[in-house]
Amino acid sequence: MTVRVLVAKVGLDGHDRGIKVVARLLRDAGMEVVYTGLFQTPETVAIAAIQEDVDVVGLSMLSGAHLTLAPMVVEALRSKGSDIPVIVGGIVPNNDLEDMRAAGVAAVFGPGASAEEMVASINEVVARASS
Amino acid sequence: MTPSAYDQWLALYEASAKRDAVFATMSGVPLDAVYGAEDGEFPGLFPYTRGVHASMYRSRLWTMRMFAGFGTAVDTNQRFKEIIAAGGQGLSTAFDMPTLLGLDSDDPMALGEVGRCGVAIDSLSDMRDLFKDIDLGTITTSMTINSPAAVMLALFVAQAEESGVARSQLGGTLQNDILKEYQAQKEFVFPPRQSMRLVRDTIAFTAAEMPKWNSISVSGYHIREAGSTAAEELAFTLANGFAYVELARQAGLSVDEVAPRLSFFFNAHIDFFEEIAKYRAARRLWATWMKDHYGARNELSWKLRFHTQTAGVSLTAQQPEVNIARTAIEALAGVLGGTQSLHTNSMDEALALPSEKAARIALRTQQVIAHETNVTNVADPLGGSWFVESLTDEMAAQAEAIFAEISAMGEGSMLEGCIKGIEENWFQGRIAESAYNLERSFNRGTRVIVGVNDFTEGNDDADLEILRITNEDERKQVARLNDVRGARDDAKVLLALEELTRDALDPEVNLMPALINASRADVTVGEMMGAMEKVFGRHIEVPTL
Repeated sequence: MTVRVLVAKVGLDGHDRGIKVVARLLRDAGMEVVYTGLFQTPETVAIAAIQEDVDVVGLSMLSGAHLTLAPMVVEALRSKGSDIPVIVGGIVPNNDLEDMRAAGVAAVFGPGASAEEMVASINEVVARASS
Repeated sequence: MTPSAYDQWLALYEASAKRDAVFATMSGVPLDAVYGAEDGEFPGLFPYTRGVHASMYRSRLWTMRMFAGFGTAVDTNQRFKEIIAAGGQGLSTAFDMPTLLGLDSDDPMALGEVGRCGVAIDSLSDMRDLFKDIDLGTITTSMTINSPAAVMLALFVAQAEESGVARSQLGGTLQNDILKEYQAQKEFVFPPRQSMRLVRDTIAFTAAEMPKWNSISVSGYHIREAGSTAAEELAFTLANGFAYVELARQAGLSVDEVAPRLSFFFNAHIDFFEEIAKYRAARRLWATWMKDHYGARNELSWKLRFHTQTAGVSLTAQQPEVNIARTAIEALAGVLGGTQSLHTNSMDEALALPSEKAARIALRTQQVIAHETNVTNVADPLGGSWFVESLTDEMAAQAEAIFAEISAMGEGSMLEGCIKGIEENWFQGRIAESAYNLERSFNRGTRVIVGVNDFTEGNDDADLEILRITNEDERKQVARLNDVRGARDDAKVLLALEELTRDALDPEVNLMPALINASRADVTVGEMMGAMEKVFGRHIEVPTL
């Protein structure tokens, strides 16, 4: 089955190079990718993810607000009864990884993650969520 | 008989003041100020391929301008003073995301972002603390802000005048390059045409009242960081520059009134010679277009002056100390390319905002280039290299081809072409395509990044100490904002906002006076931007992949 991914930019961070490149790399790997554009809120991302019936939500975060915003996206999904896993890519210091996991973020990709690593990890996260 | 190019250069060179230094190699070999054929190109002479000044760094080194800002205005003021104490000569202000988007720190969308990527500025009170005990009459200040650029300029003028420095004495630069926001950096608020009205107002205001101020820093940096090639960075940036010249002409200014106030800002990426060729081509193209296409007669209009920043995207989170080497090489390209000012990135910036130590090492890197390597002795030392000259021609040719495409989109107008290209996602699409192609080459391993796709031994070494911005700053800033709101005269606020709305409704009126009045009445950045948004509307980018 084709993996469906919603990639999203939450908050004010306008850096969209990474998200666009990653979206295309995931498409190259055979995934279906939906991108909802800049300046989304946790609420709009959760609604879009549920409506689009995606298997995973990927957040791109480069402004340092990940510890505030990523948990809010997880929370918005859960409060709507959705268990869609959330992953994060961007500038996330190692010290924050534990807090991110504790907040329910399923995987984090730092700078330099290769396309292969991301694809493998997404497949694993999706398999875990649907098992 | 016209004197030879060499003689013209010599006259200019002899007339320029020189630094008190010995211009010789370490072993004592005396050096000429420039090398080349008698009838060839020379620095300080049209079309300035070899530099805008005849004597280049023999007269004056570049300005070591370090970009800084985080937390509250009080925190950043402290960092500014450290930079000045360490020998930095210009200030460059980084604002946080909410400020860059014209939101107050207590706006719901600002949650988690306050003070994180830069300093939070909500009102005149913050501006006062930002520049406390810094003499704005002697140090030049750069403010990296675009959508609310007019608002920030108004706050800056209000603050300076309150501290006794007249606006005519203020030297510095407002980034104010809104076109590249839509193309690359994506911190936009109003739709493009409405934003351009604000840019027009700042150009006209500074032309009339702030003779030492650069109204726009036309910025390729972010275009490159967003993924463009070197030639695209060069071409899009200069095309945007042409667009601002055309905009100013529409406002009744001549090309010679606006062009000398434009400065440029380029990236220094890791491909050493391509970068140097890019800067050389930029000067040649700008001079030629200003003179031949826009009819500029003032030499200052022909001279492209630029700031350089090393490439943030070239930094790696893996083995971050290696970034010191990358940054040094990139900075050297900027210097050999004849930059007027330079920011060197800190080694930890793929992880966080720079720590004080990392920022100091980055400044020291510039000081090594300036004071130890002797590269400052000779202008355009690579000029005449068959390779560099050929690559310079290639960069210029690629840029000319792109200018033709943009001009065609605008049916002969660069201003229209740039706006259409934004509205039709042409720039955005090209940049994304180039970014994708580059990433594919890293993923395939056809291009190596040390520590990322090769030479990874050492990647597991202990982490660097990085700067941590806590949510404590956000709470502090919101409290500061509440204090301002509590202490101000609400009647004055309402009046100032009414005046701003009325002026915004009339496209013929310059908005700067109303913004300065509002700043003095302690109207917040979010309130000023909100009032204008009601009139101008909001830009929404249609997402494309």
